Amino acid sequence: MTVTLTLVGRSVRLSRRNLDLVIMSIVLPVMMMALFVYVFGGAVTAVESYVNYVVPGILVLCTGYGASSTAMAVADDMGRGVVDRFRSMPISAFAVLTGHVTASVARNAVATSAVVFAALLMGFRPPASPVAWVLAMGLLLIYVLALSWLTAGFGVVARSVESASMFGFFMLFLPYLSSAFVPVSTMPPWLRVVSEHQPVTPVIETVRALLTGSPVTSGWLAPAWSGGLLVVAFPLAVWLFRRISQR
Amino acid sequence: MIVETAGLTKRYGENTVLSGLDLKVAEGSVLALLGPNGAGKTTTIRILSTLTRPDEGSARIAGFDVVRSPAAVRGVISLTGQYAAVDEEQTGRENLLMIARLRRFRRSAARVRTSELLERFQLPDVADRRVRTYSGGLRRRLDLAMSLVARPRLLFLDEPTTGLDPVSRTTMWDAVGDLVREGVTIFLTTQYLEEADRLADRIVVLDNGNVVADGTADALKNSVGGARLDLTFPSCEDAARAHVLVGGVTDGPTVSVPSDGSATHLHRVLDDLLTAGVRPDRVSTHRPTLDDVFTTLTGAAA
Ligand SMILES: Nc1ncnc2c1ncn2[C@@H]1O[C@H](COP(=O)(O)OP(=O)(O)OP(=O)(O)O)[C@@H](O)[C@H]1O
Ligand SMILES: [Mg+2]
Repeated sequence: MTVTLTLVGRSVRLSRRNLDLVIMSIVLPVMMMALFVYVFGGAVTAVESYVNYVVPGILVLCTGYGASSTAMAVADDMGRGVVDRFRSMPISAFAVLTGHVTASVARNAVATSAVVFAALLMGFRPPASPVAWVLAMGLLLIYVLALSWLTAGFGVVARSVESASMFGFFMLFLPYLSSAFVPVSTMPPWLRVVSEHQPVTPVIETVRALLTGSPVTSGWLAPAWSGGLLVVAFPLAVWLFRRISQR
Repeated sequence: MIVETAGLTKRYGENTVLSGLDLKVAEGSVLALLGPNGAGKTTTIRILSTLTRPDEGSARIAGFDVVRSPAAVRGVISLTGQYAAVDEEQTGRENLLMIARLRRFRRSAARVRTSELLERFQLPDVADRRVRTYSGGLRRRLDLAMSLVARPRLLFLDEPTTGLDPVSRTTMWDAVGDLVREGVTIFLTTQYLEEADRLADRIVVLDNGNVVADGTADALKNSVGGARLDLTFPSCEDAARAHVLVGGVTDGPTVSVPSDGSATHLHRVLDDLLTAGVRPDRVSTHRPTLDDVFTTLTGAAA
């Protein structure tokens, strides 16, 4: 336990000191939100209150930035001798990844709070009950956790920080092809098919429904996607990390 | 024997990096693994410190098999790899504290141990600066300090002084000397023959994954022959005349004569030359160095 806590402390400290990371995972989502609300928002007439509409999308976008930074942090560690040092010590070196994932979730919690706070200043008035808030945040948490384990696994196999960041770009792209920023009904039919069947959409739809107090139409789809991803991503990361010692 | 390997073999694809390495290291001794770039030094250390698996053969550290009981092996060893394994964005003190906590020191004990090590490696002045701002020598010292947080029985040092200036190198050697006195077994690799000469009880020369020599520094030096006398003359003609008188080999204005290194031999050679009226400008005796051993054994260009 001391080992895990020590390595969590390390990752959190390293995150805090990495200015690029702080900007990328916290300042950027807030700027993105301002951009969507003030620049594109006026043009989107298909929804009643655009700021209410877009916040869940930005929150999911945040997870993409967070995930990408996790992959980079892990790849960076793997490329240096630090992980070798941990692996030559009588500890469970896998806790290095646990540290990065925990720091990633923590960064995301900060980013989420920053985005929600900024949204409130921009006129975000969700009619959600406290229970709905808890459910929405809980869903995001599971989603972020799953995504972070997935990207941590990717960071282990990525040969360089650069290729790890490619994965982040992919994660960043997905929300744009979803209902995050504009209703799916405004898209051409072929894109609508893609958008309705990718994992990010149910998560956004569910968070949005919870926050705006409308019925959750996608049911268990979002928690099932996120939970399923977690169930696959965690053992995958463990396996990939163990595998490097076979080389 | 704290290290015992038998037929250790490692391949990367077609490339056989180690072919049947047999090594034995006695507890409390210092072994230097010497070899040109790509000889397989780092690979050997990585296998012995449980980071890489051998393809064939076995290795035991303090009686524990590196493949079957890696956890037990890790309890015995400490590793200072070829490239400093430190967190750039943490301070020196934070790096040490982190390792102490990972080594399961209690919080207060970890602080005490950290201060001791900072003191011992002359790092207190920079302890609270981020490692990013450290020079290569400071970084290397911190790296070694981190390997010594929990006192290991066996310490691996992969090229501990590569890239260090002579002062930092001497500091590092002193630190290694202290460890040896404390009874720590040292397994080091190096490109510097002087380093092996100075630190090691035993030297193993590795070339292309094979052991090409194994012995004490003196034994290795004797294996490539005795001392020689270099006589330099004002002109090549003089050198040619001297060559006829005293033998040896000529290289431009210089004649090299095999010698036992004694004053008597030097005296006799000079007498012969002066009697014949050939006066050398300069005389130097040359004892074989590990460089000669290295060049002879590995066929590397001098
Ligand atoms: N992970 C790897 N994949 C493929 N080849 C490798 C790998 N690690 C090492 N090698 C190869 O194995 C050989 C020995 O490498 P090693 O690092 O053990 O040499 P070394 O003696 O430490 O050299 P140096 O003095 O340059 O540090 C080299 O030819 C190297 O290219
Ligand atoms: Mg090497």
